[in-house]
Amino acid sequence: MEAWWRALIFDAGYNTSLVTLGAMLLGGGAGMIGSFVLLRKRSLVSDAISHATLPGLALAFILMALVFGDGRWMPGLLVGAGLSAAAGLWAVQAISHRTRLGEDAAIGAVLSTFFGLGVVLLTVIQSLAVSGQAGLTGYLVGSTAGMLAAEAQLIALCSLLLAVGIIVMRRDFLMVCFDPVFAATNGVRVQRVDMLLMLLLLAVVVIGLRITGLILIVALTIIPPVTGRFWTDRPLRVVALAALIGALAGYLGVTLSSVREGLPTGPLVVLASFVLFLISFLLSPRRGILATLIAHHRFKRRVHLRQGLLALARDEAIFDDLTMKVLRRQGLIRRDGVATPSGWAAARDAEHEERLWALHRRYYPEDAAQLDHRGLLPIERVLSPDTIMVLENRLMSRRETHP
Amino acid sequence: MNDALHLSDEVVASPLAIHGLTVSYDHRPVVHSVDFITPPGSMTAIVGPNGAGKSSLLKAALGITRRLTGDIRVFGEPYDGRSRRVAYVPQRSSVDWDFPATVIDVVTMGLFRDLRWWQFTRRHHRDMAMESLGRVGMEALARRQIGELSGGQQQRVFLARALTQEADLTILDEPFAGVDAATEKAIVEVLKTLRRQGKTLLCVHHDLATVRDYFDHLLLLNVHRIAAGPVATTFTAQNLQETYGGRLGDVQLLRLLDEATQESREC
Repeated sequence: MEAWWRALIFDAGYNTSLVTLGAMLLGGGAGMIGSFVLLRKRSLVSDAISHATLPGLALAFILMALVFGDGRWMPGLLVGAGLSAAAGLWAVQAISHRTRLGEDAAIGAVLSTFFGLGVVLLTVIQSLAVSGQAGLTGYLVGSTAGMLAAEAQLIALCSLLLAVGIIVMRRDFLMVCFDPVFAATNGVRVQRVDMLLMLLLLAVVVIGLRITGLILIVALTIIPPVTGRFWTDRPLRVVALAALIGALAGYLGVTLSSVREGLPTGPLVVLASFVLFLISFLLSPRRGILATLIAHHRFKRRVHLRQGLLALARDEAIFDDLTMKVLRRQGLIRRDGVATPSGWAAARDAEHEERLWALHRRYYPEDAAQLDHRGLLPIERVLSPDTIMVLENRLMSRRETHP
Repeated sequence: MNDALHLSDEVVASPLAIHGLTVSYDHRPVVHSVDFITPPGSMTAIVGPNGAGKSSLLKAALGITRRLTGDIRVFGEPYDGRSRRVAYVPQRSSVDWDFPATVIDVVTMGLFRDLRWWQFTRRHHRDMAMESLGRVGMEALARRQIGELSGGQQQRVFLARALTQEADLTILDEPFAGVDAATEKAIVEVLKTLRRQGKTLLCVHHDLATVRDYFDHLLLLNVHRIAAGPVATTFTAQNLQETYGGRLGDVQLLRLLDEATQESREC
């Protein structure tokens, strides 16, 4: 516990602090780019990209081992990983554009083929007589123990550059994600922006290899955006929140893994982000489980209130206990079930609104079918003022013809 | 550069001049060699049966989909899909309305082309977006989640987004499809106001019964250009029959033309 606390306040040595900072920047970048990829509905592409890094990683290791005698130089490994990930990305795009297969099928095919090739190359490496073979497993599930300061600095710097790149492109990304056709008529080169989105995703995946490993990096591009989505309904806030959540997950995960020798970094980062997801899932004020339960409870009461008021307006007897309770609590009826003056007024309003809704259903059936409120919300919160005026006028003229 | 010399005055004045436009999907032409010069300050309907290539014509002209051949000019300038003088209102079914955005977020996207990356969306941008929303009667719903809107309200939001761009030519793809009558009226009012301000409107339209009320010019299209010109002279039984290939029922045709003869008698 104490060791974790020291890591949390950046007091566990220069290297750990540097790695923590790098992981936070990476988490932030992954959250941001992941949000746009999620909104573009292409989240699984990151899975294909991450698995496609393995053959490049292994080939780069073999090449460097043969030439220099040691294959563990991180920048070289990342360049190899990036090249084969780019080949995987190209293959996914080529398959989904030029054949009848959808992108999901292309992702499955590319992911498994590249990963299979990578595993074969790994066994080749094990049979080679070179040093540092164990260093490669760190790229599978992530390992920050024994990371060099220069490596952590490189990760932090690249993540920072990526974050800046995403911020520069945010409006173009947003337009392409929401409405590519409109974006195209606004001078946005949709295909190029899409390509850039994928390249930035690829960069995040490659940079993150050392921290979360290639199998788990996909979690960092998906879980933080989904978690952010729980807390807001506005697009750029989803992105900002995903960045925060990703950074927090990186912070918690890396500091936890520094507590004891041999704790894997990647799984801990992913678990930390999952815990944040779980908290949001339960407690988010809009879509969380708790909020949904409360909203259902409120909805039930609103239905009872409305039915009770309509019954009052039509002078019908009320038998339902909950309805009586709701009306009494709001001071709309007395203990003996007779309506109070404010109860009468509310009943009249409810009756009037009900008529407007009935007219709306009758004259705009298509429009009414799309509204799932079914007349339970105040009408002015759902319809625009001019539509309400039309309905009011209709109601008025009907009253004149049938007094 | 040479061809700029022999452009006719009509083309130079027109907000959208299409020459020899052909669009084809897999060797099947959906729009074939269409010429059309949009009259400036007009409200023009593009009318034709389903699959006549109305939307394809617009999308190819706007550079959204690829065209096989054809020359597109906006006020005489070659058009490559990026002109500040053109605004586009796509079909509302073309986007996912579950996207995490509010009404004001979508309308503000109309201003993005003027914002550089270091600029924030400021109060006066927000005010401009609100002003556009006001013109379509939606200020009260500015903070509403777009997923909660009805079809008519979605269409109004799209129109408001185009209004922020203050373009000379606004192109609308089926703006009245599946909207309520109040929205249809509100949209027509906005469009007519734009025309009074000297703007040009070009609309894919599917309801023959309202062509006379809403529009002053007409392009009848069924893969080929069938006829084009002022509604008064172009909206005739013969042209309609030719456009719809006899698919138009006699009763329907009689009713449409009845209205026409009545109107000419009134004149």
